[in-house]
Amino acid sequence: MKSFTYERAKTPRDAAAAVARTPGAKFLAGGTNLLDLMKLEIETPTHLVDVQDLKLDRIEPTRDGGLRIGAFVTNTHLAADERVRRDYGVLTRAIVAGASGQLRNKATTAGNLLQRTRCPYFYDPNMPCNKRKPGSGCGAFGGFNRNHSVIGGSSLCICAFPSDMAVAMRVLDATVETVRADGSARSIPIADFHRLPGSQLPVGEFALEPGELIVAVTLPKPIGGRHFYQKVRDRSSYAFALVSVAAVIQRDGTGRVAFGGVAPKPWRVEAAEAALPQGAAAVTAAAFAGAAPRPDNAFKLPLATRALASVIAQAKAEAA
Amino acid sequence: MKFDTPAGQNPIDQLKVVGRPTSRVDGPRKTTGTAPYAYERHNVAPNQAYGYILGAGVAKGRIVRMDISEAKAAPGVVAVVTTLDFPAPLPLGLANIAHLFGGAEVAHYHQAIAVVVAETFEQARAASTLIHTEYARAPGKFDLAKEAPDAPLAGGSRGGGSGTPPIDRIGDFAGAFAVAPVKIDRTYTTPGESHAMMEPFATIAAWEGDKLTLWTSNQMIAWSKSSLAKILSVRPENIRLDSPFIGGGFGGKLFVRADAVCAALAAKTARRPVKIAMQRPLMINNATHRPATIQRVQLGANQDGRLTAIAHASTSGNLPDGEPETAVSQTKLFYAAPNRETYMKLARMDLPEGNAMRAPGEAPGLMALEMAMDELAEALNMDPVELRVVNDTQFDPEKPNRPFSERHFVECLRTGAEKFGWSRRNPKPGLVRDGKWLVGMGMAGGFRNNILTKSAARIRLEKGGRLTVETDMTDIGTGTYTILAQTAAEMMGVGLDAVTVVLGDSDFPASAGSGGQWGANNSTAGLYAACLKLREAIAQRLGFNPTDTIFSDGKVTAGGHSVPLADAARGGALVGEDGFDPTDMSKRWQQSTFAAHFVEVAVDSYTGETRIRRMLAVCDAGRILNPKAARSQVIGAMTMGAGAALMEELAVDTRFGLFINHDLAGYEVPVHADIPHQDVIFLDHPDDKSSPMKAKGVGELGLCGVGAAIANAIYNATGVRVRDYPITLDKHLDKLPAIA
Amino acid sequence: MSVNESGDFKLTRRAVLAAGGASAAVTVMPAEAEPVPAPKPATLPLSVTVNGKRRDLTLDTRTTLLDTLREHLGLTGTKKGCDHGQCGACTVIVNGTRINSCLSLAAQHHGDEVTTIEGLGTPDNLHPMQAAFIKHDGYQCGYCTPGQICSAVSVLREIKAGVPSHVQADITAAPTATNIEMRERMSGNICRCGAYSNIAEAMAEVAEARA
Repeated sequence: MKSFTYERAKTPRDAAAAVARTPGAKFLAGGTNLLDLMKLEIETPTHLVDVQDLKLDRIEPTRDGGLRIGAFVTNTHLAADERVRRDYGVLTRAIVAGASGQLRNKATTAGNLLQRTRCPYFYDPNMPCNKRKPGSGCGAFGGFNRNHSVIGGSSLCICAFPSDMAVAMRVLDATVETVRADGSARSIPIADFHRLPGSQLPVGEFALEPGELIVAVTLPKPIGGRHFYQKVRDRSSYAFALVSVAAVIQRDGTGRVAFGGVAPKPWRVEAAEAALPQGAAAVTAAAFAGAAPRPDNAFKLPLATRALASVIAQAKAEAA
Repeated sequence: MKFDTPAGQNPIDQLKVVGRPTSRVDGPRKTTGTAPYAYERHNVAPNQAYGYILGAGVAKGRIVRMDISEAKAAPGVVAVVTTLDFPAPLPLGLANIAHLFGGAEVAHYHQAIAVVVAETFEQARAASTLIHTEYARAPGKFDLAKEAPDAPLAGGSRGGGSGTPPIDRIGDFAGAFAVAPVKIDRTYTTPGESHAMMEPFATIAAWEGDKLTLWTSNQMIAWSKSSLAKILSVRPENIRLDSPFIGGGFGGKLFVRADAVCAALAAKTARRPVKIAMQRPLMINNATHRPATIQRVQLGANQDGRLTAIAHASTSGNLPDGEPETAVSQTKLFYAAPNRETYMKLARMDLPEGNAMRAPGEAPGLMALEMAMDELAEALNMDPVELRVVNDTQFDPEKPNRPFSERHFVECLRTGAEKFGWSRRNPKPGLVRDGKWLVGMGMAGGFRNNILTKSAARIRLEKGGRLTVETDMTDIGTGTYTILAQTAAEMMGVGLDAVTVVLGDSDFPASAGSGGQWGANNSTAGLYAACLKLREAIAQRLGFNPTDTIFSDGKVTAGGHSVPLADAARGGALVGEDGFDPTDMSKRWQQSTFAAHFVEVAVDSYTGETRIRRMLAVCDAGRILNPKAARSQVIGAMTMGAGAALMEELAVDTRFGLFINHDLAGYEVPVHADIPHQDVIFLDHPDDKSSPMKAKGVGELGLCGVGAAIANAIYNATGVRVRDYPITLDKHLDKLPAIA
Repeated sequence: MSVNESGDFKLTRRAVLAAGGASAAVTVMPAEAEPVPAPKPATLPLSVTVNGKRRDLTLDTRTTLLDTLREHLGLTGTKKGCDHGQCGACTVIVNGTRINSCLSLAAQHHGDEVTTIEGLGTPDNLHPMQAAFIKHDGYQCGYCTPGQICSAVSVLREIKAGVPSHVQADITAAPTATNIEMRERMSGNICRCGAYSNIAEAMAEVAEARA
């Protein structure tokens, strides 16, 4: 870990300004991913601006009937919130499917959205990785890629985005609220927040400007329906998804679906959702059109279909 | 004490303390965080500096140049020691295959190439990344499937008990197999596995002149003391190891590893004590692993299920001078059959060091053999339990005049079947449903040898009456502290609380150490011998006739005369020191342990995920010294077997030549949610050929066969046979029932 | 084939590495190879209350809470298993909530209250969970044990506080301390010795005694 200086900011604007004016500065929220990567010198901030005193730890109703989740709200706090459990069950289910109790107690809403990939080539500084070292190549593309993307990647990067929470937020059409270094605010639809690697270096990752601070994530008013988060993994808990399905299914069989573990961002194709009443295969055929799996992870395509079928069957059973 | 005839009646048979479920005597320390592990011993040497190991960034080749100037200038750095400081590799220690430090050659990925010593951990870690290394990379062999066809025959011995010559032939296998009415001929694969013990390799090293002390984490103190002497070119009498608490080993800490060597070298250069704990991301490639295997099992049987022909071949890979994974060894002994053939092949490869991991040989070997038995049972339309019953043997099948000392495998099978409700299993696979779950039951036999080896101990009756046991034996979670205390208490006629056990110090008498499930029986037998010596000394001092002196209830009694035990030490402490020497007892009798594993699983019919619902092991392992800790050993091994069956796999990148999933996020081991309540039944068959304790090993038995039992249960649930471990969902997904 | 060290070698050498096979001279540099002048480590004064005792420290900013406890306060009961949030051996309770102390800087905990395994009980005065672990043999090598116990104590509190879990059928309902609930919630604490079955029983006993 490189040496760094540390400060606690008092307001979001101060925090954003501090990061913007200090070369190599980063925000520190829970730290559960940042410190992990700093120990390996994959992240090498020279200055950390701790955001814990910014009072971003509240969940409040919005005027249009939604919820505004402070960026520093912990995963546990968010999952346990009565309103979230009642009206946004997919979000609670997604969060508690992720990581461990200890990590959820520390990890924050903003930090979860900003998780970096868990690709082992990203994590080993001796290996090529365009995300860690643009131009060095993608170790996973021709290597061990069982856990990687089947869609949305490119030969430059086939990493999968590891968050569960963000997949649920994608299905709920959340909005990411930020403050920039000049104090101006901005709203970024969750659909646009995570960027695909693309065909040029450096590979895309987050739609944030230098020094831009996430202050909240806003959920629109509840959409009703039955909420599901099915996470498929090799061990029963404390593992990243091979495939996950976040779904909100209405009584008439219509609804919304997003997938995790399959792409460099939460994967949702709105046009594919129209096929929900026809069944899982119809949805995934449309949602994964143009998929480019690698030999080791081709199973994720049928798995996504089967996991969604499981969710649809459960929705039907509950509705009956 | 020479043990050359079966044990007769002896004080252990009283079973006042031994054989009773006993809470661990080290429990209060372990549960309060006051048991000191290697890296935590701040008080043993002043002015400790922090060492941090740099691992090689390539898998094979030569270091052309290292630039350490930046690292040396970094804040807090005390010393930088590099592998180029040594013109050639340091000598190998016992069972080391690749050198641990020294010279320019890189034999495997993450081999230690430098140690940075600094005032703080943070400074040492940061400076380690400032070393710039230039390599001349050499091509290597990293793909077992590619190398296997040309691999030559190779014998080997792994963990002492599973030695096997390159090829063994009894009768005419080919002829018998050709005419067998029912046969199975299948290939199975098992991946590389990592010990993944929770405590990293860790050592504090301090020099005083020529004398070196290492506070370390090591299973085999005497082996490692002599190894370190060789590696470091120091006289053995100048080295002391101390390893009282060990945070897991599973074979990964049998031999000296880079932490100990680097700490010793760094402490010499830094001229002060140096402590090193190997960082987790380095451990998997730096250290040893269980090698992957490709196994072919051929079974020929008559219609009644009796085997006429057994063949088992296994191919594994290792570095030059490495040994094969002895996956065929149990097949030489487990089932009767007149015509037999076992052989092993070994491919020379350049992946990290393959070496012993818990139940080396048997663990992967039984994953293949016992799945093949399940396949044969199905081909015969026979119950898998009955198939194993009819093929039981009471003699070494290769040497019919050599009986097993005790073998109650059939009782394991019958007891397990009854307790588990095996009769409720539907022999037709894929038919039992519980909602979306496909439910299945499976079973397998378990087999692991009981290894006899020398072991010494010392016991002292202190003034005041306390007893202190000293031996270099280790407790790696096995419960050794407790069974040694039980043994001393039983032999000397006192309660457990009158006994103190001190372990892991190389200045103490050399013991069997912890490995190959030989620790419990041999180390307690060594203490038994020492206790006999102490009893003699006590009787002598009290003027009693040693042969009819009774030690009981804290008193020494002979000829109607009785005095408190403490009285014997009034004139000064008395010491008994001796060792257990098993002579040729394990040659005259084949000594093994047996198990039957039963498992129920549920497989998600949509996603293919497997969840274990029930597990039962019935074990025949001689006298169980402490049923509480022994049960823990077995359930722990069953848990490791669940990992092997369902998730554990070292993923090889065959281009770069490393295990790419080299941390505990990438290499998944079972978590709480994976493991249901587990049941263990111990049969009560003391083995008088094993030692005066009449005990046998049990710590590895629980792992032997359980993986196959899980695999067989999955097959029973799904009707899809996956022969490529681990059985992850992607391997049967496309054959699961179609979805609506 | 060789690649010189100057200029734009990085792209090329990665290509060489990816190709594999052929012998090549390559240089593997640290992750961020740009040489930066080494600054003196930044330090920071802070105070933390650990097991009820206020501790004032001046630490390298890089020091984790875990290393603060183990290396600076001599509280080695909290274990370092992986240092990357992958095992749970370092679990401690901060302001009443369990976290991985390896993934937390000491600086983040200025003013916080930390309870470690040493603060739960001592060999002569065991916490009920410590006693239950001994009774049910909920450990073997002992290395993950302090983290398991800190987690186990917290898990029962979290269930009582109504924190939801992955295995709840009804996410809006209050959870109860069933076997599968405890196992799911304990899954961030790896025990390679495999004491899970016994740990669940130790926890069940404590949960029942409290109910």
